[in-house]
Amino acid sequence: METKITGVNTLAREVAALPGGEGIDLCIQCGTCSASCPNASRMEHAPRELIALARAGMYDEILSSNSMWFCLSCYLCTARCPRGIKITDMMHALECVAARRRLSNARTRTPAMYRSFSDFVYSIGSVPEVGFMTRFYLLSNPLRALKLMPVALSLLKHGRLSVRARRLKPEAERQRRAILDKAEELEGKL
Amino acid sequence: MKYYTYFPGCSSSHGGAKAYDQSARAVARVLDVELIELDDWNCCGSTPYTSIDELASLCCSARNLALAEKRGFDIATPCSACYVILNRTNSTLREYPELKAKVDEALAAGGLEYHGTVKARHLLDVLVNDVGYDEIASKVVSSLAGLKVAPYYGCQIVRPGPGFDHPEYPQSLDRLVESLGAEAVPFPLKARCCGGSLIISEENLALGLIHKLLENASSNGAQCIVTVCPLCQTNLDAYQSRVNQKFKTKFNIPILFFTQLMGLAFGIDGKTLGLEKCIIPAEKILAGHLRK
Repeated sequence: METKITGVNTLAREVAALPGGEGIDLCIQCGTCSASCPNASRMEHAPRELIALARAGMYDEILSSNSMWFCLSCYLCTARCPRGIKITDMMHALECVAARRRLSNARTRTPAMYRSFSDFVYSIGSVPEVGFMTRFYLLSNPLRALKLMPVALSLLKHGRLSVRARRLKPEAERQRRAILDKAEELEGKL
Repeated sequence: MKYYTYFPGCSSSHGGAKAYDQSARAVARVLDVELIELDDWNCCGSTPYTSIDELASLCCSARNLALAEKRGFDIATPCSACYVILNRTNSTLREYPELKAKVDEALAAGGLEYHGTVKARHLLDVLVNDVGYDEIASKVVSSLAGLKVAPYYGCQIVRPGPGFDHPEYPQSLDRLVESLGAEAVPFPLKARCCGGSLIISEENLALGLIHKLLENASSNGAQCIVTVCPLCQTNLDAYQSRVNQKFKTKFNIPILFFTQLMGLAFGIDGKTLGLEKCIIPAEKILAGHLRK
């Protein structure tokens, strides 16, 4: 029992340390969030349920679900919550914890997509769309890319697919890297 | 002359939404708005980075704010995702001192500091509230009378709020469309989601949302939809054929950036506004309003 509580508390602290994570104590379980969510029906646990699970300490259930990865960040739940809980931010907090633990969820490709995007933000400070998409399809399912060829070709035809990535000037790039390296170091201390 | 630090974002500067950047700059010139691009800005991180690494994404976004603070002007961005992230960074740094301390330490490693004084604003807000509808209307040389437009806000320009417009029933873009002489048709889903980046990872889900938007706009008689976000434009324009395939529909609705619509009314030529970059061609519905 003791171990479980400690474990739960550690996880709870991890989530609560991220913006949005602390809101779960305020929830009255009215369900406005779930009723407002365009994707609630696709989530293994709708937002209201996620909060109930979090309060019950069932973090494994939450972190291994597809729920937060189906959040569109449309902020409708946040705008409507009568308790002012930042539910969208809570979803991001849960995603970050799941990502940090390298929990992959086979029932959604969104983590791989977010990771491909983030890799570019991290490494060059901008997201070239072609590179990002290519990386994502290689990481997930290259065959799916074939289905999207018509979309890609129409973008290309209209001058909307550029391969060239935007680069910062060397000095600015060094500054950006120094900031990110420090952030990484500080994150390790969490 | 009004001055702003301009933050175009990746899509508008180097990605699929260059027409947005082009038309925004062209329209700003007409309205005596000086958009001074932030030197060596980096990607705001958008939703994906925020969902993978909170601290690092905050630091990336804070670097932009810190650079902008040296200039002293408000940030104006045409991208709803950049807008929401820059604002979220400001509010997070205000509300979470522990996190702010870490961000400060990281910024210091790059020789920067941020005091939280930069306001991040969406270009739509800047144009309708700082310049104003009357001033905009006074620049119209080619009225868009007769053109039925669905004003599409999407999510992140109005939510989480409180912002410059209502989070669910916004009006600013409707009024802007009307001040250009066009008709803003009723569009009940105008602040609903287009699926965002999940078009890439969960295409079917996003196509369902896009389908609802197209259906809603078209059943209200819209000849075109105007957007305020690069991702919304791409989803509705580039994936319209995929929607038609999946739902056996025949939508053929041009999707314009609001700055393109403004430019047309101001008599700016289609090439400068990047109209040829629309995948669903807009020329037919704009016949009579287009300057060669």
